[in-house]
Amino acid sequence: MAQLNKSLSKTPTGIVGLDEITGGGLPTGRPTLICGAAGCGKTLFSLEFIVKGALDYDEPGVFMAFEEKAEELAINVASLGFDLEALQKDKKIKVDYVHIERSEIEETGEYDLDGLFIRLGYAIDSVKAKRVVLDTIENLFSGLANEAILRAELRRLFHWLKEKGVTAIITGEKGEGFLTRQGLEEYVSDCVILLDHRVINQISTRILRIIKYRGSVHGTNEYPFLIDEEGISVLPITALKLQHPVSSERVSSGVPSLDQMLEGKGFFRGSSILVSGTAGTGKTSIAAYFASETCKRKERCIYFAFEESPQQIIRNMRSIGIDLQQHIDNGYLAFNASRPTLNGLEMHLLTIHKAVRQFKPSSIILDPITNLITIGSVSEVKGMLIRLIDFLQAEQITVMFTALTLNTVVNEQTDEGVSSLVDAWLLVRDIENNGERNRGMYIMKSRGMRHSNQVREFVISDEGLSLVDVYLGPEGVLTGSAREAQQLMEETGIVLRTHAVTRKDREIERKRNVLQSKIESLRAEFESVSDELNKSYVEEELRKEVMHKNREELIKKRHNGNSNEPGGDEPRDTK
Amino acid sequence: MTNEEPGEVEKNGQEEVEFVLRLYVIGASSNSVRAITNLKDICETYIKGRYSLDIIDVYQQKEIAEAQQLIALPLLIKTFPLPERRLIGDMSDKDRVLRGLGIIV
Repeated sequence: MAQLNKSLSKTPTGIVGLDEITGGGLPTGRPTLICGAAGCGKTLFSLEFIVKGALDYDEPGVFMAFEEKAEELAINVASLGFDLEALQKDKKIKVDYVHIERSEIEETGEYDLDGLFIRLGYAIDSVKAKRVVLDTIENLFSGLANEAILRAELRRLFHWLKEKGVTAIITGEKGEGFLTRQGLEEYVSDCVILLDHRVINQISTRILRIIKYRGSVHGTNEYPFLIDEEGISVLPITALKLQHPVSSERVSSGVPSLDQMLEGKGFFRGSSILVSGTAGTGKTSIAAYFASETCKRKERCIYFAFEESPQQIIRNMRSIGIDLQQHIDNGYLAFNASRPTLNGLEMHLLTIHKAVRQFKPSSIILDPITNLITIGSVSEVKGMLIRLIDFLQAEQITVMFTALTLNTVVNEQTDEGVSSLVDAWLLVRDIENNGERNRGMYIMKSRGMRHSNQVREFVISDEGLSLVDVYLGPEGVLTGSAREAQQLMEETGIVLRTHAVTRKDREIERKRNVLQSKIESLRAEFESVSDELNKSYVEEELRKEVMHKNREELIKKRHNGNSNEPGGDEPRDTK
Repeated sequence: MTNEEPGEVEKNGQEEVEFVLRLYVIGASSNSVRAITNLKDICETYIKGRYSLDIIDVYQQKEIAEAQQLIALPLLIKTFPLPERRLIGDMSDKDRVLRGLGIIV
C-alpha cells in the first residue's frame, strides 16, 4: 500500500554508467551508504554526485566534509574541472567542513548532536538542497568518545534526513568483517554501494558493487570503474539486453579481392571483425588497409596500437603502398598507442570509450588484443571485449581486432575466446610447403552473408595486398612459388601452342602459293595451246582465201586468153 | 589530589584572571537546562566575580553553528584565558569542567 506509484523514484547521480546499473540512480529522499577502504574514491564519488546534481539536474546540494577542508576539496575537484567555489557562490552547493578533534574537546556529561542537525538543516535550507553528502560521518566516532550517544544520534540523523526528503550519501570506511568500521550499514538500509580497489599483478582495478538496493532491481555484478580527469565512469559489464540496432550497409575491407570473398561487398557496418593468425602473417597490414579504406570514404577511424608506435606503423605500411600519414593530416585517422601494461584492462576500455566518444569514428582497430592478456586473465579480457563490442555495436562502429594465435594446432579455440562474439573472423595462416612459407587466408565465419569457403593465398607486395586463388592441381593445393611455377607452365603451354599454330599457318600459306603458281603455269600453257590452235586456223583461212583469189585470178586470166591465145589456158592449169 | 585542589584554586584566584565563557545551548532541552545550572554553579563556586558568561541559543542564530564548528551541544567555549578550550555535555562532571577550564590542572 505504501508504494502506490509502484516503482521507487530515483535520483540520477550523473556518474557515467552508474545510473544504468541502478536503473536510474539512487533512491530519492533516502540515504545511501557508500563504503570502501581508504583511497577507493568515496569522496570523489559523493562529490561528483553533488556537483553533477547542481550542474545537470538543477538539484542543489550540501556537502558536509568531516575529513577535508572546503579549500582542500575545491582543489581536489578542480582537477576534474569542477569549480566548487563558483558553485558555492551561485548558491548551488554548500560545502561545510566539520572540524572535530578529540584533544580539543572535554566531555562533561550528557550531550547530543543538535549542533550538527541545526548546522545541516541550515545548510540545506540556505541552498534549498535536494542532495546531501556526509563524508565521512564516522569521523565523529574518533572525535567524540561516547559511542552510545553517537549511535543513538546517528539513528536520529538518518530518520531526520528521510523526513527532510533529501537524497543523501553517507560514506564509511571499510571495517574488519563489517562493511564499515562503525557498522553504519545498520542505519542505512535502503541502498549500499561498495567500492573496492584491487591490485592484481601490480595493476590496479577499481570495482563497484551494489550490495543492496531495497525496492529496486539492480545489477549485482562487480562493475569496474575508473577515475580520471573527467571523474568517475562505471562500466557496465554487459548491457542487460541485446538490443543493438543493426545495419545492412556494407563497408569495404579495402582489399578488393577480400571483398570478393564477402559477396563482393565487404563487411557489415557496425560489425566486429577478428583477424587472427600466427606471427608475421600480415594482420596489421589487413588492419591498416581497412583503416585507410575507412578514411578514403571520409569517415573517421581510430587505430589503437598495443604493440607498435604510430610512426612505426606508418613507416611499415608505406612499404606496402598505404600512406596513413595523409589521413592523419586530414583528420580522419587517429592513433592511440599504449603499452598494455600501462593501465589495467578497465582503464584501456575507458580510454577506448572516451576516445570513441570524442573522435566519433565509424570504425576502430585494436591491434592486437592478444597483448591485453599480459594484464588480465583470459576471462577478464573476454569480459572487457564483450563490453567493448556491446558498446561499439550500440554506436554502430565497425571494429577490427587482430589477434595473434600462438599455436597453430589449437587456433580454432584461442583468440581470447572472442571468436564466438565477433561477426566475422578472418584467419591468416602460414602454409608451409616446398621449403617456403606462404600465407593462406580463410573466412572462418561471416554472419549474415554468403562468404567464400575457399582458401586464398594472401600476397603482400609493394603494390599492396591481394588474394590470389590457390592452384588446385593434381598434387593438391599449390601456393607461392609452386603456384607461380604452375602458372608459368601454363603460360609456356600457351606460347608453344601459339607457336605451333603459326607454323601450320605458314605451311598452308606456302602450299597455297605453290598451288597458285601451278595454276598460273597451267593457264599459260593453255593459252599457248589455244594460240597455236588459233594460228593454224587463221593460216588455213588465209590460204583458203589466197587460193580462192588465185583461182579467180586464173579464171579471169583464162577468159582473157581465149580471146587472144586460147591454147594458153590449158598448160597453166596443168602446172 | 583533594588537598591540592583548593591550593590551585587559590593560586588562580590570586592571578585575578577574568574568564570569558560562552555557552551554546538549544532552547530548553533538558541537556541545555542542566548545563546552564551546572555551569553557573561551578562558576559561582570557583571563579565568582571574575567571569563573564554568554549563553547563546543556537536555534535563534543558526548560522552560528557553522561559524563556531558546532556539532555536539551543549558546548562551552572558554576563549580566555588562553588556550581556548571546548567542553561539551551537560557539565555534570565537575572535575572535567574544572580541568577543562583550567581552574584545576
